[in-house]
Amino acid sequence: MAEARFTVVGDTSRRLSVGRWLLFAILGLFALYYLMPLYVMVSTSLKSLDDIRTGGLLTLPTDITFAPWIKAWDSACVGIQCDGLKGYFWNSVRLVIPAVLISTLIGALNGYVLTKWKFPGANLVFALLLFGCFIPFQVVLMPMARMLGLLGLAGTIPGLILVHVVYGIGFTTLFFRNYYITIPDELVKAATIDGAGFFAIFWRIILPLSAPIIVVTVIWQFTQIWNDFLFGVSFSAGGGQPITVALNNIVNSSTGVKEYNLDMASAIIAGLPTLFIYVVAGRYFIRGLTAGSVKG
Amino acid sequence: MTKSKLLPRYEFEGLYQYAKLWNMPRWYVALENLFVFSGLFILICMLIGVFLAVLLDQKIRAEGPLRTIYLYPMALSFVVTGTAWKWILNPGLGIEKVIRDLGFQSFEFNWLVDPDMAIYAIVIAGVWQSSGFVMAMFLAGLRSIDQEIIKAAYMDGVSLPRIYWGIIIPSMRPVFFSTFVVLGHLAIKSFDLIIVLTRGGPGYATDMPATFMYAMAFQRGRIGLSAASATIMLMTVMAVIVPYLYSELRTKDDG
Repeated sequence: MAEARFTVVGDTSRRLSVGRWLLFAILGLFALYYLMPLYVMVSTSLKSLDDIRTGGLLTLPTDITFAPWIKAWDSACVGIQCDGLKGYFWNSVRLVIPAVLISTLIGALNGYVLTKWKFPGANLVFALLLFGCFIPFQVVLMPMARMLGLLGLAGTIPGLILVHVVYGIGFTTLFFRNYYITIPDELVKAATIDGAGFFAIFWRIILPLSAPIIVVTVIWQFTQIWNDFLFGVSFSAGGGQPITVALNNIVNSSTGVKEYNLDMASAIIAGLPTLFIYVVAGRYFIRGLTAGSVKG
Repeated sequence: MTKSKLLPRYEFEGLYQYAKLWNMPRWYVALENLFVFSGLFILICMLIGVFLAVLLDQKIRAEGPLRTIYLYPMALSFVVTGTAWKWILNPGLGIEKVIRDLGFQSFEFNWLVDPDMAIYAIVIAGVWQSSGFVMAMFLAGLRSIDQEIIKAAYMDGVSLPRIYWGIIIPSMRPVFFSTFVVLGHLAIKSFDLIIVLTRGGPGYATDMPATFMYAMAFQRGRIGLSAASATIMLMTVMAVIVPYLYSELRTKDDG
């Protein structure tokens, strides 16, 4: 931290002293460290296999080829089926959209009840929900597998949606509760006096005020569910698997020649949706990250 | 706590499965790995995160883009991160080859396939993914500190590193605490990263309770053992989380 010695708090002249340069150099080095894997992924995915063998890890591709990308999407072998990632990508999409919407809606309702219609034991319910956020999911694997079996949903996408909704509720409730607690209770009281009911207040007053927290929650849930691997690998089978599971199957397949460019292209395809959301709405993403552990 | 092997059987059997679990060398490897991994993972993430947050707090012009770069790994799945690092750490083609091509022919960097070192390779990938998160948490914390105190101390001639070390960092205890909880919880849950990078191998050198539990339940068909290990994981997490939740909720009632 010695390099910070030369800067002045609130200094407006922005002198470019030695320390200042050192500061930038260190920050730049870290930026390189964080960017390096991304660079390696992209450049490797554009190389041919020969290029990978002759060139180094960090060299640019000599001939840019999109063949690995096309193959990853269309004809890569996941297990014994060689239809590429496209089916699994759509599995993930079909899984994420309902799971995000349902868990967000339930979270909003929970948050609304926990803050505006307080009942005895509300704090206990909230504490239990919070605890649900932190349970290692391995613990619930087997009870959940049994539940899904009883419901006849084992190995299906609706079953997986159910799992994600159930385990998402803890976080979505936390987000909405911490947000709604800042909305003045008088608003609700006034509406009650005017004769508005429970759902009327929710739809007409609370929800229209919730736009920012809805964005945060949707982004958080989307990232969580899209990136999930544990539930996907445990509760889905064959053609119904989400993309992260398919990616792992491609990468860890032991048959045939190891096609690193294919691995990298697949990894990027799997990571692209969340990366896109992060770039477009990073501000909300960060808010979600910090909201999970900051007092409400 | 039942006799379950492949299918659940609901006769109560006392602590038999637990006794068996604690007699398995593989379980000890898993526990040891958990301690090594979470210790190093949390420590390095914290160091890098706090360091970066302090540097970024120096009124840097390019703060926005830099912050974006530091944090983007957090948006990626551990499976994606694992894939990338598996390739980078690959002894034949990754970093080892880069350095050798520079002329250092005897350079060796085969952590990923070395049973003694593989767990450290996983730490590298884990830190890459999560240290940006610590940075974001601490930066938010730094921004919420009263600037007047810092100015006052500065006027009194206290040097900037001493201000950080003596005033700012101690005042961020709650941030340390919640970051610690989140990281610890990430470490205990870490499953995807290990599956993709090493599948718990070589052998079971990088097994962790999470992968152990999974292997027992879905590959070996020993549900009883797996349930016992899952329960122990739950209790470990509870030991960390319950005091945390308690303190969070209690102070809330005071306010």
